[in-house]
Amino acid sequence: MRKLLPYLKEYIRECILAPGFKMLEACFELIVPIVIASLIDRGIGDGDIPYIYLMIVVLFVLAIVGCAVAITAQYFSAKAAIGFATKLRLVLFKHLMNLSYPDIDEVGTSTMITRMTSDVNKVQTGVNMFLRLFLRSPFVVFGAMFMAFTIDFTSALIFVAAIIGIGGVVFFLISKNIPALRQVQNRLDEVTNSTRESLTGLRVLRAFRLESKAIDDFKDVNGNYFDAQTRAGNISALMNPLTYVLINLATAGVIYLGGIKVSMGTLTAGQVIALYNYMSQILVELVKLANLIVTLNRALASSRRISDILDISPSMEDGIGAAEAGNRQKSCDSEDIQSGRAPYIEFNNVSFAYPGAGEESLSDVNFHVNRGETVGVIGGTGSGKSTLVNLIPRFYDVTKGSVRIDGIDVRDYRVAELRRIVGVVKQKAVLFKGSIADNLRMGDENVSLEDMEKAIADSQSGVIVDGKGGIEAEVEQGGRNFSGGQRQRLSIARTLAYKPDILILDDSSSALDYATDLQLRRAIRNLEYKPTVFIISQRTGSIRYADKIIVLDDGRVAGIGTHDELLDNCEVYREIHSSQLTGKEA
Amino acid sequence: MKKRNTFRTVMYYVGKHKLMFTLSILLALASSLSALYVPVIFGSAIDMVKEQNREGLGHSLLLIVLVVVLTALMQWLMALINNKITYEVTRDLRNDIFNKLQKLPFNYLDTHPTGDLVSRMVTDVDTFADGLLLGFTQAFTGIVTIVGTLIYMWTLSRITTVVVVFVTPLSLFLARYIAKNTHDMFIKQSVTKGEQTAIIDEMIGNEKVVKSFGYEERAIERFDDVNERLSKVSLKALFFSSIVNPGTRFVNAICYALVALVGAYRVIGGYITIGNLSTLLAYATQYTKPFNEISGVVTELQNAFACASRAFELLYEDNESDLEIGDNVRYEGMVSGDISVSKVDFSYVPDKPLIEDFNIDVAKGERIAIVGPTGCGKTTLINLLMRFYDVKGGHITVDGEDITSLSRQRHRSRFGMVLQDTWIKNGTVLDNIRIGNKNATREECIKAAMECHADSFIRRLPEGYDTVLSEDGSDLSVGQKQLLCISRVMLALPPILILDEATSSIDTRTELKIQEAFHKLMKGRTSFIVAHRLSTIMDADKIIVMKDGHIIELGTHEELLAKGGFYSELFKSQFMG
Repeated sequence: MRKLLPYLKEYIRECILAPGFKMLEACFELIVPIVIASLIDRGIGDGDIPYIYLMIVVLFVLAIVGCAVAITAQYFSAKAAIGFATKLRLVLFKHLMNLSYPDIDEVGTSTMITRMTSDVNKVQTGVNMFLRLFLRSPFVVFGAMFMAFTIDFTSALIFVAAIIGIGGVVFFLISKNIPALRQVQNRLDEVTNSTRESLTGLRVLRAFRLESKAIDDFKDVNGNYFDAQTRAGNISALMNPLTYVLINLATAGVIYLGGIKVSMGTLTAGQVIALYNYMSQILVELVKLANLIVTLNRALASSRRISDILDISPSMEDGIGAAEAGNRQKSCDSEDIQSGRAPYIEFNNVSFAYPGAGEESLSDVNFHVNRGETVGVIGGTGSGKSTLVNLIPRFYDVTKGSVRIDGIDVRDYRVAELRRIVGVVKQKAVLFKGSIADNLRMGDENVSLEDMEKAIADSQSGVIVDGKGGIEAEVEQGGRNFSGGQRQRLSIARTLAYKPDILILDDSSSALDYATDLQLRRAIRNLEYKPTVFIISQRTGSIRYADKIIVLDDGRVAGIGTHDELLDNCEVYREIHSSQLTGKEA
Repeated sequence: MKKRNTFRTVMYYVGKHKLMFTLSILLALASSLSALYVPVIFGSAIDMVKEQNREGLGHSLLLIVLVVVLTALMQWLMALINNKITYEVTRDLRNDIFNKLQKLPFNYLDTHPTGDLVSRMVTDVDTFADGLLLGFTQAFTGIVTIVGTLIYMWTLSRITTVVVVFVTPLSLFLARYIAKNTHDMFIKQSVTKGEQTAIIDEMIGNEKVVKSFGYEERAIERFDDVNERLSKVSLKALFFSSIVNPGTRFVNAICYALVALVGAYRVIGGYITIGNLSTLLAYATQYTKPFNEISGVVTELQNAFACASRAFELLYEDNESDLEIGDNVRYEGMVSGDISVSKVDFSYVPDKPLIEDFNIDVAKGERIAIVGPTGCGKTTLINLLMRFYDVKGGHITVDGEDITSLSRQRHRSRFGMVLQDTWIKNGTVLDNIRIGNKNATREECIKAAMECHADSFIRRLPEGYDTVLSEDGSDLSVGQKQLLCISRVMLALPPILILDEATSSIDTRTELKIQEAFHKLMKGRTSFIVAHRLSTIMDADKIIVMKDGHIIELGTHEELLAKGGFYSELFKSQFMG
């Protein structure tokens, strides 16, 4: 929570005013028993009718003022809670947007979404409740005790004992209950997971006739949840009866003592009634406090989870910018760059391991590519193809060696600059809610209509766009109103639209049929602005006409060359190629 | 369970706990009444104090202790019983729903999103239990308390009772009035919140894509815009709804003052004692509480009923039609594997025929490949073979016997199936392979994994075969998951095989090796193979080329190439790049 407090600072005024007004309201409530006491002693005792009216008027005034004050307090606490949550959400969203790929991998998307939604909501409720009630309840409890002391010292000692006793019981039960509730939540998660799992695996379960086993497994999980619920429920079941007994015992004690004192003449009947009323107030507030603590505990857990996320500092630092890096370099070394003989993209002794992974995913990779060339990357599952191209737009940083574009290390580029130069089409095609045109403008807000149309034609998406009624047609969330193949083509169009200098197609035509794939490849080869193209594929057919093919095997370069060269001198490539032809030359 | 009536279904589940339920109601009645009796005794104790009657005071206080302890005991017992009823009902209901899920036809399951079904099972059942059962007892206790209070008050002072009866409902009206006026604000709030969640889902869920376009700043702008709007509507909704609480307390305080006024007059007139007055005041403070609770319960009950009917809806659905429910039966007789599909018609949606007049004969041990563009009916054909769906017309026979003449389980026991969508269950690698045959030994599982070349990657996992795979196997690559799924079939050794894009994510070199294993496996077994990669199916005995639910070409690889039709086009585009 401490980490989040600064965001509450803006609302410091509300944070003080809300509990302040709440306490004021509590004060008014604490006056009521005194008013009743003097109404009984003086008004009724002396038969003083005007005094009775006066006291009733006082009660009315207390009610009205109390209500006004309470509403004011509600306003301030609502304002502080909402303002705080709004701020927190924005800060958190910005923070998440600034995380780098390795950070995203580590945290996980579903965690990030939960933090943004349900956790922030819980914190908001927590802040609101805290401001409204947390100071009020103890204030009433101790206020009632204090008032008891002003009435009668010995009776007040019974109050002290009662508060300690009830407080002890309440907090003991809560301390037992909180872990029990956590257990309930965990077990419920298991029930949810088990249900979801069996639903996603329905076909497999039925194909292998495992229905009854699934049912048995579920019964176990469900039974555990039942046990946890019962345990927690039975702890809570003690709360009301125990506090009820204690408070009434104490009240009986106060009245017994009052009886003695009244007969001695040191206490009036009205005062005994006042003490009786104070006792009831204490009970009500302590029970409220107990419920509040459970809520707050949840909010606190959420705030801790949010802090953990905010504590992650983006693991990638932005570069100084290509221009500056270029100047700096020019002044010191590299005549190659000045003479323009430098290759466009260079991998120098590049090694890479994913954070936390023991083995390197890429080891000692060296190659260079000239401007405008088409490069094919091929290799088996897990050979490091995607990892390799992910290093070019600096989605990940190399562990050893360097990647250079135009002679400048990618780590020296500003990330924004780099992402403008490098366009990536991923295997998993995602479209965003909005229009088709909105999607095509993702890489650059100012893409012209002409460029969009060209991109649509090149990516073979013309039919799709026409079918949906033009470029302004709506894309639903996640692009669910498009089929997998359609999404893939449109996501290619999206990247082509802003004409990046380097175009990376990461196995991005896997959902297309071969004929469309072929046309797509032709269109990309004939792009007017001649980008440098990387095509990742598992099929030699898709890359055989590339200027250069990089063959990866287990994170190492097994060969670089043209199709024919590789067939001559690269064993791995030959194997891949022949596995796809099953020994027959087509 | 054919009763399509939510109320009756609720009664069915609660009816299992008839005794406990009756006991709970009796305890609620008794404990409410005895709790209401306590202020009366306190009143008389105060009178004893005033009269300085020590003995009478002692008796009253002793009585209080007795009644209080008794009340507390009853309350405790009631809470335990209610817990028991609630949790047992939800447990049984969940078990029944889960059971039902295993028996529902795919027609239903495929058309209902998983998230929706899960939320019925989890959230709706909980809301139902909380709302219906607790709501019921709360409403019952509330009514008893209200009636009891009125009766006790009436015996003490009729005028005060009248005052209370007329003033208290004001708080209800106030609450209703505020709720009505804040309703719109809450709607607006939830709409805006939904908008925000959508942006979060989209931008955070696909953050890698967002970043690859450098779209972060614009995403933040969009988020900020919605966030500010949400802040405004939430503040309104939260503030106006939080007026209810002080408002109710205000009405309560007014009622309290009026009772004090009237009561004071009655005391001076000598109609009631001071003790009575203090009892009346105690009642006046408590009286609004059950009203508020009951008014809350009404909405809760409505909500609970809605949730219950959503959950029950599943139970009312018809089961997948079946002959007998066998229990994990294996097909005992010898299967040779002649399959014939004749004149089969099928459609998912009544008016949109998908497969029409489909005919094919497959002899024992033949390898059949199915190719065709997306949506041509390949997966549907498999659905029919596995009896995930039943044909609408025509017949499918295995060994000359109509497949509907066996129970579904018995029929499926003859098939082994590997799908493109890999499914990994939460458990160890071994557990996952054992899905193929639950009685297999560890050695048999390892042997199966070795045969399909999964052994080497499994050994590299932290705990080898005992590595616990997380939900959905997210720590494995798609290709590795496919290998695991293939191991299952290797273990099961079924007479007929169906491979639907089973190796699509495995690289071609590994695939080639698996093919060898498959070849061994498929020897003498009838098999159906769906594949995008033509290289995997070129040596099939028959290749079926499908389009729009019809067979457009049929023959061997060479025959089809020579024919120069759809297949040869497809082949050229794949290999002439």
